Amino acid sequence: MATEQVISNEARQEIEQLFHHLPHKQAACIDALKVVQKYNRWVSDQALQELAPILEMSPHEIDSVATFYNIIFRRPVGRHVVYLCNSVSCYIMGYEGIYKALKEKLQIDFGQTTKDDRYTFLPIPCLGTCDHAPAMIIDKDLYRDLKPETLDAILAKYE
Amino acid sequence: MERPLTEHIKQDGTALSLKEYEAVGGYQGLRNALKMSPADVMNAVKDSKLRGRGGAGFPTGVKWSFVPMGDNAPTPKYIVANGDEMEPGTFKDRLLIEGNPHQLIEGMIISAYAIGAGMSFIFLRWAYHEAADRITRALQEAYQAGYLGNNIMGSGFNLDMDLHTSVGRYICGEETALLNALEGKRANPRNKPPFPQVSGLFGKPTIVNNVETFCNIPHILAKGAEWYISLSRSEGGGGTKLYGASGKVKRPAIWELPLGTTLGEIFEEHAGGMLEGYQLRGLLPGGASTDFLTPDHMDIKMDFESVAKAGSRMGTGTIIVMDDKTCPIGMCLNLENFFAQESCGWCTPCREGLPWTAKILLALEEGKGKPEDIDHLTFQTHYNAPGNTFCALAPGAMEPLQSALKYFREDFDEHINTHRCKYHN
Repeated sequence: MATEQVISNEARQEIEQLFHHLPHKQAACIDALKVVQKYNRWVSDQALQELAPILEMSPHEIDSVATFYNIIFRRPVGRHVVYLCNSVSCYIMGYEGIYKALKEKLQIDFGQTTKDDRYTFLPIPCLGTCDHAPAMIIDKDLYRDLKPETLDAILAKYE
Repeated sequence: MERPLTEHIKQDGTALSLKEYEAVGGYQGLRNALKMSPADVMNAVKDSKLRGRGGAGFPTGVKWSFVPMGDNAPTPKYIVANGDEMEPGTFKDRLLIEGNPHQLIEGMIISAYAIGAGMSFIFLRWAYHEAADRITRALQEAYQAGYLGNNIMGSGFNLDMDLHTSVGRYICGEETALLNALEGKRANPRNKPPFPQVSGLFGKPTIVNNVETFCNIPHILAKGAEWYISLSRSEGGGGTKLYGASGKVKRPAIWELPLGTTLGEIFEEHAGGMLEGYQLRGLLPGGASTDFLTPDHMDIKMDFESVAKAGSRMGTGTIIVMDDKTCPIGMCLNLENFFAQESCGWCTPCREGLPWTAKILLALEEGKGKPEDIDHLTFQTHYNAPGNTFCALAPGAMEPLQSALKYFREDFDEHINTHRCKYHN
C-alpha cells in the first residue's frame, strides 16, 4: 500500500532549484533539508526516504547530515520554536533568570514541546547580540535585553 | 580618527542601499582593481599588512598567494566569506553585514578578481535572519548594476555570488569544516595539507576569509596600502579593527579603532568601565576560546603579538568581561559545556575530553569537588593541547580554563574546601 507523500510537489520543485551553481546534487543536501523543514517543521524518516532519490544519496547518508546540525529537527517540533541563548555573555547578564521564567511559563524544559503543540523550547549557542544580552530567538525574530517581566508579552505574539 | 569600515553605517540601523553606498565612494575600490592586473591587486593587499580578522591573524595577501594562477590552474576557483560568527561573545560581523552588505560584496569581488575565482559564496550563520535578508537584497542590486555576473563593468571578468545560510554548529567556523558544510556534508574539519588554497571547495582552489577581512579590501584598493598602514597603531599589521565588549560594563558595543589600541582604552574610554556595584575580575580578550587576562593587563595593545606575549590571543577582538559577582568556575563551566556540545566528535581528545572537563566543573559548582579534580583539569589542558587534536576547537576550549586555573586558583580551592559555590548560594 502506497503511503502518502510527505514532501509536497511544491517543496520538491523548490529543492530541484537548489542544484544551480553546484557541481553535484549531494551539495544541496543541507538546503534541501531546510526546504523540507520549512514545509513540514521537521524531517521524518519518510521524508528522508523521499529525499534520497531527489539528491541521489542514500537515506542514511542524508540522516548522517541531518543529525549533525543544531537546527535540523529529526523529531516533531511545535508551531513555534523558542531558542534561548545559553552562551557566556548571556550567562553573565542573567540567562539563568530568563531560563527559569521561561520554564515556568511554558511548563516545559529544554528539548520539550508544549502539549498544545504551540512551543518547542531549545537552548542555542551565542546569537551574536552580546551587547544586548540576554537574548533569544522565536522562529525568526530576535529578542534582546530580556527581562523575566517582558516575556509574557513576547510569547503572546505566537499562537 | 578614521573608521573606513563603519563610518557610513547608519545610526537608524538600516542597511546602506547600493545608491547610498556608491554615494560615499562604494565600488571605487573595485573600479581601481579592475584597471590593475590580478597580481598587482594581490600585491596591494600584501603591502597593506592586512591580517585575517577571523582570529588567527594570518596575512591575507600571503594566504591568497598560495592559489595556483595561470592558464593551467584548476577551475573554477572559489571565494568564500566566513560569516559563521558563532564564537561566543562575538558580534562584530553582524554589524558589518547588516549595516553595509555591499562593502562585503565589493571586498569579495575584488578578492575573486585577484585569484581568478569565478564563483563565490557567503556562508552565513542561520541566526542572522536580518543579515540574510539584507545580503539577498544587496546581491540583487549588485547583479542589476553589473557588479556581479558576466563581464563585470566591461572588464571581461565574470563572477557569480550566492548566499548559503547554515544550520548551526560552531565548528562550521573552521574553514575546512565550513567547506564540508558548503558541500552538503557533515562539518568535520579536513586534514591539512592540502590547504584550501590548492584543494578547497569541491577540490578546487578556494580562499576562505572572515567577513571583516573582506570588508577591509575595498578601502585598501580605493586609498592604497600606505594609507591603510597609517591607520594602525600596531607594528604587526595595518588598518583598523572592530573591537567590542560585553558583560557588566557601562556601554557594551562594537567600536572600530586603530589596530593596536590598548585594552585599557577599549575598556575604560569606549566600554565606560564597569557598571556601578561591579568590579573587574578578568576578561577574555577575543571571544570564548581565548585565555583570561586580568586588570594588570590594561596597558597591552590589542594586536596579535602583544596579546600573545601576555599569554592570550586577540582572537576576534570582542572582549567578554567577568565581574566580581560572576563565579569563574561557573563561567568556565558555561564555556566548556558550549565547547563539549559543539565538538564535531571526530577526534578522541575533544569528543571525550571536553564533556569530562565539563563534568568536573559541574561537580565543583555543585560542591562535590575533590582536591584531585584540579589535577584532572590540568591534565585536560595538556591532553587537549595543540598537536593532540585534529583541529583548533579543543585547544581553544582549554584556553579560558588553563588561564582560570592560573588566575582564579583560589576560587577552585574554595569550592573544593567549602563544598559550595559562594556565588550561587
